[in-house]
Amino acid sequence: MNSAERNIGDVLIVGGGISGIQAALDLANSGFRVFLVDKSPALGGKMSQLDKTFPTNDCSMCIESPKFIECSRNPNIEIITYTEVDRVEGEAGDFKVTLTKKPRYISEEKCTGCNICVDYCPVKIKDPFNQELSENKAVHIYFSQAVPLVTYVDPETCLYLKEGKCQICVGACKTNAIDLHQKPETFQIEVGAILLSPGYSTFDPKLRGDFGYGRMQNVVTSLDFERILCATGPYEGEVLRPSDGKHPHKIAWIQCVGSRQVTPGGNNYCSAVCCAYSQKQVILAKDHSPTMQATIFHNDVRAYGKDFERFHQRAEKLSDVRFIRSYVTVGKEIESSKNVTIRYSTVDHGVKEEEFDMVVLSVGLNPPKDVEVLAAKFGIELTDQKFCKNNPYNPIETSRKGIFVSGAFQGPLDIPESVVTASGADALVGQLLSTRRHKLERERVYPVEKDVSQEELKIGVVVCYCGANIGRVVNIPEVIEYAATLPNVSWAGENLFACSTENAKQISDAIVAKGLNRVVLAACTPRTHEPLFRDTCREAGLNQYFFEFANIREHCSWVHSREKENATAKAKEIVRMSVARAAHLEPLQEFQLPVDHTALVVGGGVAGMTASLNMAEQGFEVYLVEKDDDLGGMARRLHYTIDGTEVQPYLADLVKKVYRHPGIHVWTDAIIEDVSGYVGNFTTRVTSQGRVREVKHGVSVLATGAAEYKPTEYLYGESENVLTQLELEEKIVAGDEKVVAAKSIVMIQCVGCRQADRNYCSRICCNQAIKNALKLKKINPEVEIQIIFRDMRTYGLKEVYYREAAERDVKFIRYEPEGKPLVEAAGAGFKVTVPDPVLGQMMELEADLVVLAAAVIPSEASQEAGKLFKVSNNPDGFFQEAHVKLRPVDFSADGVFLCGTAHYPKHLTETISQALGAAGRAVGILSKETVTASGSVCDVDESSCVACGACITACKYGAISFVDTPKGKKAHVEPILCKGDGLCNAKCPTRAIYLKHYTDDAIYAQIDAALPPSRA
Amino acid sequence: MCTGRVDIGFVLRAFQKGADGVFIGGCWPGECHYVTEGNYDVLKNAHIAKKILETLGINPNRLRLEWISASEGMRYAEVMNDFGRVLKELGPLGKGEGIDPSALAIRLEAANRLVPYVKLVERERLRQRFKTEEEYAEFFASDELKRIFEDLVVDKLAVSQMTLLLRDNPLTSAEIAKALDLEPADVSRHLKDSSRKGLVRYDEGEKRYALAI
Repeated sequence: MNSAERNIGDVLIVGGGISGIQAALDLANSGFRVFLVDKSPALGGKMSQLDKTFPTNDCSMCIESPKFIECSRNPNIEIITYTEVDRVEGEAGDFKVTLTKKPRYISEEKCTGCNICVDYCPVKIKDPFNQELSENKAVHIYFSQAVPLVTYVDPETCLYLKEGKCQICVGACKTNAIDLHQKPETFQIEVGAILLSPGYSTFDPKLRGDFGYGRMQNVVTSLDFERILCATGPYEGEVLRPSDGKHPHKIAWIQCVGSRQVTPGGNNYCSAVCCAYSQKQVILAKDHSPTMQATIFHNDVRAYGKDFERFHQRAEKLSDVRFIRSYVTVGKEIESSKNVTIRYSTVDHGVKEEEFDMVVLSVGLNPPKDVEVLAAKFGIELTDQKFCKNNPYNPIETSRKGIFVSGAFQGPLDIPESVVTASGADALVGQLLSTRRHKLERERVYPVEKDVSQEELKIGVVVCYCGANIGRVVNIPEVIEYAATLPNVSWAGENLFACSTENAKQISDAIVAKGLNRVVLAACTPRTHEPLFRDTCREAGLNQYFFEFANIREHCSWVHSREKENATAKAKEIVRMSVARAAHLEPLQEFQLPVDHTALVVGGGVAGMTASLNMAEQGFEVYLVEKDDDLGGMARRLHYTIDGTEVQPYLADLVKKVYRHPGIHVWTDAIIEDVSGYVGNFTTRVTSQGRVREVKHGVSVLATGAAEYKPTEYLYGESENVLTQLELEEKIVAGDEKVVAAKSIVMIQCVGCRQADRNYCSRICCNQAIKNALKLKKINPEVEIQIIFRDMRTYGLKEVYYREAAERDVKFIRYEPEGKPLVEAAGAGFKVTVPDPVLGQMMELEADLVVLAAAVIPSEASQEAGKLFKVSNNPDGFFQEAHVKLRPVDFSADGVFLCGTAHYPKHLTETISQALGAAGRAVGILSKETVTASGSVCDVDESSCVACGACITACKYGAISFVDTPKGKKAHVEPILCKGDGLCNAKCPTRAIYLKHYTDDAIYAQIDAALPPSRA
Repeated sequence: MCTGRVDIGFVLRAFQKGADGVFIGGCWPGECHYVTEGNYDVLKNAHIAKKILETLGINPNRLRLEWISASEGMRYAEVMNDFGRVLKELGPLGKGEGIDPSALAIRLEAANRLVPYVKLVERERLRQRFKTEEEYAEFFASDELKRIFEDLVVDKLAVSQMTLLLRDNPLTSAEIAKALDLEPADVSRHLKDSSRKGLVRYDEGEKRYALAI
């Protein structure tokens, strides 16, 4: 390939955090060639610095780093780190971008990441990755799982670069990789589209000087605290305080640092993620030290996301955890102890000053550094808050055609939203560049697979520390020593993080060097990591089915963290079982199954229509089925958004586009009768307008929406002047006299949710109330509006409207669940009684109208679709995605995707983003000619088959039939139809039919290894 | 792979190797990830395995089948803790039931050898498919099932144990009854039947029964 070819691609992604990474993978998997550029020395962004992620407390690096490796192994992704964009010329479809790569002073091609230069370097610096809480060297690797895994030299501190002295590292490097004369390198690339995913920076509390940050050693930011919690952090996972390295027994968290403020230097918006991450930090800190006392000083608790309410309750229920609703000031640092005092006030106790060992500032999210320069380079507009200005109907579009935006540059977003918008950007790029798809694509090439059939068994066992996730509980050296004594094991070794590029490479090197022909990795879960390590085997020329995972994290260290000895014993048993099984593994080949390039979308609301239109625009045929007689869904009842955009013209336009699109077939009055098949090849029977029709499709997108709860409380249904927010909105638009002429209105929040039977927050109602209150105030500035709420959850950029409402004299009265308001009829209106938490007495309000924020509840259609498509719903009845953080629009069932309020209540723009995300993911399959099916399918040993037919009646896929053989009738499996469930195995009386990879022999070996004779 | 892949043989093998309990965790009925609803197959197999355990004198509660979805980590922990408690109360396998180790070994081996036959019985006589767990429970508690099981499995199990016992040395009918904890009348019936089929023979010299081959 010549250099001109090298510089031509389809898409440039600026920012290699989780959003950029996801977009790169989605784009590369749907036929585009991607440049993934990051200005830091490695991929990963902020997510790589986090310890765990809420609300599942998954290890952040553990779930992100496999994606680094996936990017680095993908032939259609070129990773360019330590590089910034200088300028952009051209237009959508034809951009010329000039970039400059900063000198690393290291040749990326020559550096092996061995770290010898780091050992020799005499200059100690504060480690930027660890938030300057620990030391590193002037030459170092950004972090241990970094991609690319090469060092870089810090020019500010390197003695040679500063003063022309030293050069010790140059002599120490065995591969001559160090080049201290390297110069910046400017180059140009050509792409059709650009995605901006530069992420965010954290609010710097040093600038304003309040809260003592930078002056008091034991005041840290929440990002500092993430590093402190982390096994690879400054204190190797021990929670210690910076002043003296002692365990803090009393920690305070201060919420909204830099957020929700009108004072200069602060942000007027809510940072959307801090409530949940602080709760996570409390849970984790308590996990490290169960007797630690935690205090969270907060404003509203904004647990508005999926499962956040339960997560908050989990933190709140821990012993010695206090949530205190109070503004605070940091008092003083106590000279002798370096403890810090905090002044706060509560209703019961007035103003108090209390001492803490350590204080964590929950800092908010700022736009990326130098955002104005960035905007100028790309020619895009910013909002007042300096986030990317986007199309109100499509938050992934910037003000410039062909340039898209994903992740927290849109405004404060959490990880799943960053991932969703990344997949959504893939969908929009796919729409823009659909004619270029596959043109620049390259295939991945693996080494030739080694035939090991004649070799004796040589099992290699690798035991992973997973940082401290496993290593802190399980005695790894002991497990390795034990593993080496097991039958057929020829080598056993360790890994700090098996999933880092370096260590994955160590495994593939060991396979070659030690001549291993089976590999057992004792580490984490095959659910997230098996594909990576199977790939590692392929890299070493070993059949991927020779890989066996022993899960000693989820099945052992995480659940037995308090019983280290027993956990070590159990880890040995798990390894023993896996080694026994590995001895029975056979090499298998996978199948390529053709893909039907048609999509089925269920649900004709905004989510379903948006997904349909995008996929159709990308060139794929779409069948859109809707149970009602027309498209539109819930959006038909929405008229304006809180930002003031009109919904109905947008909806009418969308409906028209969908009906008119030649690639979209709309079936209304539709009921799905039956779904069969699998990814790439589904068949669905639909009754629409009395006719039964059948559609063959490769993917399914479920957008079945949600419903509004019908309140039974607060006189709803008894008086026509008690309305839901949706009903109010309709009446405002209709100019209903009772509504527009009302003199006093009381709104009650959280009706039907955040309670025992519906233990979740409906997310949208606070904004809905504010939106309608502002509208009413606009119509009649004299109207008195009182909003009775529990926590105002106007998260993210919506916070400004909450403030505007307060400025316009909308009154806010907080209530506790045990002191719910009482609504009684009084004259022509109502008397609403509510306890006043501040004054401690009952307040009586008069109201002409009472408006209820009725919960958003899962639709019946979602329950039905769940059964038909074999996908699950969460305990609240919303769809359960495959992975909360990183696969937010996938189901665990391959080829089925979800979007919209069927997933969880959400705003219109969020629904549009998610629908595009689902479309992007779905096109990842539709754009392929084939999907790969597992090699783990059934086969028949004909000499044992007695042709009883037990297997044939057991198989619902019709994969087994009788064939005539010289020895008579025998069962035969059609491997493409077999899905590997193995039901037939349990029915066969002669063990003639067997499921490859899970044979009786392998399973019996595992059972026997679990229960050795000494135990019997 | 589906829970329906769990062979009755796997369960018996685990007990044979000394497990005090066997736990099978599957997807909730109606939430099968395949189209096969294989969790109903494991439900039936678990019922059959429990019946066999009962016949062997082993407490069937040592086998537990529970539905736990991937999102129910807490439930999984609760179920496992509870199962652990139940097993501790039952005591070690065999000891808790008052069966001596050699008799236990013979019983489980006999059952294990019968697995292919049990699969045939399942195919020929127990292929009923029900919609709910209750219906399965009801069916497996019914007289009809009891009759099928007694007719087709119980005797076979006894004979299987007898042949295993006689493998080592010839024994009298009374010795067999004692070793296997069976009714002497049943033992005589099985011996007569097995002699007729040519499986065992009466050794006139030793005055004992021995294997025919």
